Amino acid sequence: MKNRKLVVIAGSAAVLAAAPLFLDAYWTDVLNNIGIYAVLALSLNLIVGHAGLFNLGHAAFYAVGAYTAAILNTTYHIPVLALLPVCGFTSGLFALLAARPIIHLRGDYLCIVTIGIGEIVRIALINNIFGITGGDNGIFGISRPSVFGYVIRSPQQFFYLIWIFAGITVILFHLLEYSRVGRALNYLREDEVAAEGSGIDTAHYKLVALVLGAAWAGMAGNIYAAKMSIISPGSFSFWESVLMFAIVILGGAGSIPGVLLGAFLIIGMPEVFRQFASARMLIFGAAMVAMMIFRTQGLLPARPRKYRLAGLPSGGVET
Amino acid sequence: MSLLQLSNVTKNFGGLSAVGGLSFQLDDGIIMGLIGPNGAGKTTVFNLITGIYRPDEGDIFFNGRSLLRLSTHRRVVLGIARTFQTIRLFQNLSVLENVLAGCHCRLKAGVLSSFVHLPRQRREEREALKRAQDALALVGLGHRAEQVAKNLSYGNQRLLEIARALATGPHLLILDEPAGGMNEQETTQLVSLIEKIRGMEVTVMLIEHDMTLVMKVCERIVVMEYGRKIAEGAPDEIRRDRRVVEAYLGTEEEY
Repeated sequence: MKNRKLVVIAGSAAVLAAAPLFLDAYWTDVLNNIGIYAVLALSLNLIVGHAGLFNLGHAAFYAVGAYTAAILNTTYHIPVLALLPVCGFTSGLFALLAARPIIHLRGDYLCIVTIGIGEIVRIALINNIFGITGGDNGIFGISRPSVFGYVIRSPQQFFYLIWIFAGITVILFHLLEYSRVGRALNYLREDEVAAEGSGIDTAHYKLVALVLGAAWAGMAGNIYAAKMSIISPGSFSFWESVLMFAIVILGGAGSIPGVLLGAFLIIGMPEVFRQFASARMLIFGAAMVAMMIFRTQGLLPARPRKYRLAGLPSGGVET
Repeated sequence: MSLLQLSNVTKNFGGLSAVGGLSFQLDDGIIMGLIGPNGAGKTTVFNLITGIYRPDEGDIFFNGRSLLRLSTHRRVVLGIARTFQTIRLFQNLSVLENVLAGCHCRLKAGVLSSFVHLPRQRREEREALKRAQDALALVGLGHRAEQVAKNLSYGNQRLLEIARALATGPHLLILDEPAGGMNEQETTQLVSLIEKIRGMEVTVMLIEHDMTLVMKVCERIVVMEYGRKIAEGAPDEIRRDRRVVEAYLGTEEEY
């Protein structure tokens, strides 16, 4: 059972790693987009899937990271990848400041406020806030990233940068799921009163989920800025937040394989069906509606964690 | 010294006085029952002790320290654990993970060590798993560790709540109608479980409508009616108290 799982993971990783060798620049770039959305959706999954906090403004944190990278890179010429932790930090800090006053809100109320945060950030960027965001035109001339002096330019090269980052994200988030903090987020989602009554600082862990998720979205923003070399407010619209949210819900809230599959389907499918031009969004919408009726828990729903227990047959009792 | 002391605690909901000027002490190491007719304010008292509500007047002391300014989870850290009248488990998580929730406040791993699983974090996890399994074994759910909580029977869900509360390492365990929905056999097992818990030097306070259970396990009983204490004493005194019989137990013949 465990071996089969490892084979599936290693196999899909190998296929993915070899893909750019057989694909042209266009399709490699599609995979790059999928990779960035996968990281974004994984970060949103911490907030929505694990902690159960509805966040429809995730693009705001993505934007803060991207603009941090763009501004610091174009004004101070700091290498863009060196700014990765800085982008994570500014995004996380922004999430902390923005979420602190609203953390007690529940469900749909929180959702509305996060939509507000997303719009405020987007409009602030358009209005050239502090005179540093370049208004509607955004910021251009972000330098190419380099790893140990090796400059990354082509989609193939970006593919490996993006997917290595996505791979590290998957590993770290998987470890987080099997930890005290990961479990605490789930308790929060399941029953807040019971969690608090069992000694879990619910307000603290809500902030942990939001700040961690935002920090990761900020780092994804950094990579996006490096890839595009030009960013503008149009890339961080409400629609982006909706896409990330849809990936998490369609793939399977709280499930890493589910979210990865969701990213492939939601970002990849419209490209595959591009020749159907106008009908593709209709099909896409119909598929989403069907999903929500027939498989509400997502395509690959989260499964209960298994622990190594003393004095129990491995595998445990099937439920 | 008394473990828990309520002094003149009052709680109003709008115009309704749910608890009015309630005072009592709970000595260390005993089992106390809180009884009264429906709507007497018993669960409100539990919610005041655990910090879900804050009293309008009066003060609550635990080990001589006022609890008023502490949030619920801080009170759990001090050693006050509870179960809920309406079962509140983490329904979609495994039985084991429900108990691990109780262990949470005794663990230290922060965000960073949770990300990279440092050796100390792994050791701590192993110890927590052991503690959780012990708690499950104590309530008799050891063989169900990997089931999903919502698939347990009603009685077992109540036991799981007790296991989760015990995993927090409490000095005071507050049980809100632990026998609710249990059959006779399960109730008998519950009685022996409560006595086992007392043997672990945990003070127990419980609300229960099953008078046989209350009279059997409780050493001290507080009776409430309309938010006020109408009697307090040993089970035998309570049984004979005229006001209690009138308010709650019905006529003597019936009891």
